[in-house]
Amino acid sequence: MSSLQQYIDLYRQQQPLLTKGSHPLINAHRAAALQFLEACGLPTRKDERYKYTDVAAVLEPDFGLNLSRLSLQFDPRQTYRCRVPGLGSSVHYVVGDSVAESNVLIDDGSLFVGPMVEFAQRYPDILRAYYNKVEGDSLAVLNTLLVQDGLVIRVAEGHKVADLLQIVNLSVGSVPMLANRRQLIIMERGAEASILNCNHSATRCDNLATEVVEAFLTEGSHLQYYSVEETTANCNLLNTTNFVQQKDSHLDYASITLNSGLSRRTVNIALEGSHAQTAVSGLVLANDNRHIDNNLLVVHNAPLCSSDILYKYVLDGSSTGAFAGKVLVNAQAQKTDSQETNANLCVSPSARMFTQPMLEIYADDVKCNHGSTVGQLDDTALFYMAQRGITPEEGRLLLQQAFAWDVLQRIDLLPLRQRLMHMVEERFRRGAGACGDCVMCGA
Amino acid sequence: MLEIHDLHASVEGKEILKGINLCVKEGEVHVLMGPNGSGKSTLSNVIVGNPQYTVTAGTITFNGKDLLAMPPEDRSHEGIFMSYQQPVEIPGVSMNNFMRAAVNAKRKYQGLPPISGGDFLKLVKEKREMVGLDAGLTRRSVNEGFSGGEKKRNEIFQMAMLEPQLAILDETDSGLDVDALRIVAEGFNRLRTPHTAAICITHYQRMLDYIRPDIVHVMLDGRIVRTSGPDLAYRIESEGFDWLKEENSQI
Repeated sequence: MSSLQQYIDLYRQQQPLLTKGSHPLINAHRAAALQFLEACGLPTRKDERYKYTDVAAVLEPDFGLNLSRLSLQFDPRQTYRCRVPGLGSSVHYVVGDSVAESNVLIDDGSLFVGPMVEFAQRYPDILRAYYNKVEGDSLAVLNTLLVQDGLVIRVAEGHKVADLLQIVNLSVGSVPMLANRRQLIIMERGAEASILNCNHSATRCDNLATEVVEAFLTEGSHLQYYSVEETTANCNLLNTTNFVQQKDSHLDYASITLNSGLSRRTVNIALEGSHAQTAVSGLVLANDNRHIDNNLLVVHNAPLCSSDILYKYVLDGSSTGAFAGKVLVNAQAQKTDSQETNANLCVSPSARMFTQPMLEIYADDVKCNHGSTVGQLDDTALFYMAQRGITPEEGRLLLQQAFAWDVLQRIDLLPLRQRLMHMVEERFRRGAGACGDCVMCGA
Repeated sequence: MLEIHDLHASVEGKEILKGINLCVKEGEVHVLMGPNGSGKSTLSNVIVGNPQYTVTAGTITFNGKDLLAMPPEDRSHEGIFMSYQQPVEIPGVSMNNFMRAAVNAKRKYQGLPPISGGDFLKLVKEKREMVGLDAGLTRRSVNEGFSGGEKKRNEIFQMAMLEPQLAILDETDSGLDVDALRIVAEGFNRLRTPHTAAICITHYQRMLDYIRPDIVHVMLDGRIVRTSGPDLAYRIESEGFDWLKEENSQI
């Protein structure tokens, strides 16, 4: 049986149960999803955007799904105190793929943070207008076929959310599980919010999460969206994140992979209105035989927009990194200002990096550049430090840390930036997974 | 303090040092002069243990210990410091983090606990003022975007922080204007004690006017061909190295 077929069969057999645990507006998308998957199948390594990651192999194991929405007998609030010191935050947990019952639902007219099923109940028209509106590849469509609930964040016109909105996704299960997570983020005109999305693990079983994030930035809205992955070697992730930006909107996106199993992130950003700005950053620290793949597509569809992309990888052990970032500037996107950099450190001889920055330009008045580097630690710098008494181990640590911190400098929220810098330092100093628990608590 | 006996060393298979003998005692300042390519920088790099250089014969002892058996960081902990001709830029690593790592590494070697944050900042301030280093520079990345003069001053600042017993100044005076040279030399002089020593590589008389060496050596083609008092430096300043080359070719 093919990897995909087992999920199609599962869907066919369990459709009543699956739809029962969801909402008609979410269920309405399944038939088309099924049709798409049956026609197109999963991406293979012959597909340009999946050259380095074998998706079928990731989906191969026989995972269990929590289709009957069994309540998980633990309260994450008691176990995972995820707080960023110095920053007020409202924390929302997603356990497996269920929005935790202990979350406090926010719905005060200016801000909604809560389960998608609940949102669909209260605001069917809004959900209908935004849910599953961005065309995705088979991986995103598989999520659409199987997802039952998700998290919705909607910030009403002109509202500025003061606290950091933190989403903690926990991988759980006493058997290998597949979690299908979904986030829908609606930033209305002039709205502002900062979201920190953390992935952690509370299980020693192999597990996989498919995630689809859809975020809409209406005119003049500002969104900071940071995603931190600090799971374990047995947690694989297939993430698709789609941003659609209207006129004068600002997006700051960063994904930080500190520890994980196989991790694949597909990030698509469409700049649809003039003067939209987007800053996309990525930091990857990988060791052992990990495989981390970031695939980015930024499409400039409007004039006078800017995109600024920086991804950095530090690869140790026999890990493999892949980065592909394509900036597509369409004919109407005059005066586009775009820069893309991918810099990579292979600190062990058996680590490998595949990098592919791409520019495709159809407008004639643009300023675009792109580049990538792959290098080793600087021996001259290491010896200079050794002459000052700094051991090679400490010197390597300082150099790698400095290389990685460069990405974190782009994070505006100072307490969060400092917290992440500390996490990166700990990660280098103590190795991956030294803190099996959530590290955000500072314990 | 430092005893070098019949030292031979090569770079990429090419022999550069061809039998160096040198003895530096406490309180002494030695000057190494010689034309480009005579092996001065090679000698200093070999003393500090730069892995690009291979020692093929000879010994170096420092306070009776076999220096060649030590990794570079231990030579530093034992009290040897080299001021670089071209200080290395380390983007992203702040001077403060860099110096703190260095100070703590030395303390660990000496069996001392890490220095407290407050004591460290106090030490930085004291040494910074001693060598006239701008306060802003210690918060910046190591040598990144520093002017030539700032880089050299930063070398002397690091020396002040680590208080070495033997300082090797590899053309610390090159690329400095008159004022910067004076400040660097004064900083160096302030760090001198009866128990410290220095080897100073230079092409210029001006540096020697400030630091007043005890002994001047001239190197030619991987060997020390002449050792004398400070007067030798004045003669080289006015006459160059040709007379020494001639003398040597006759031997």
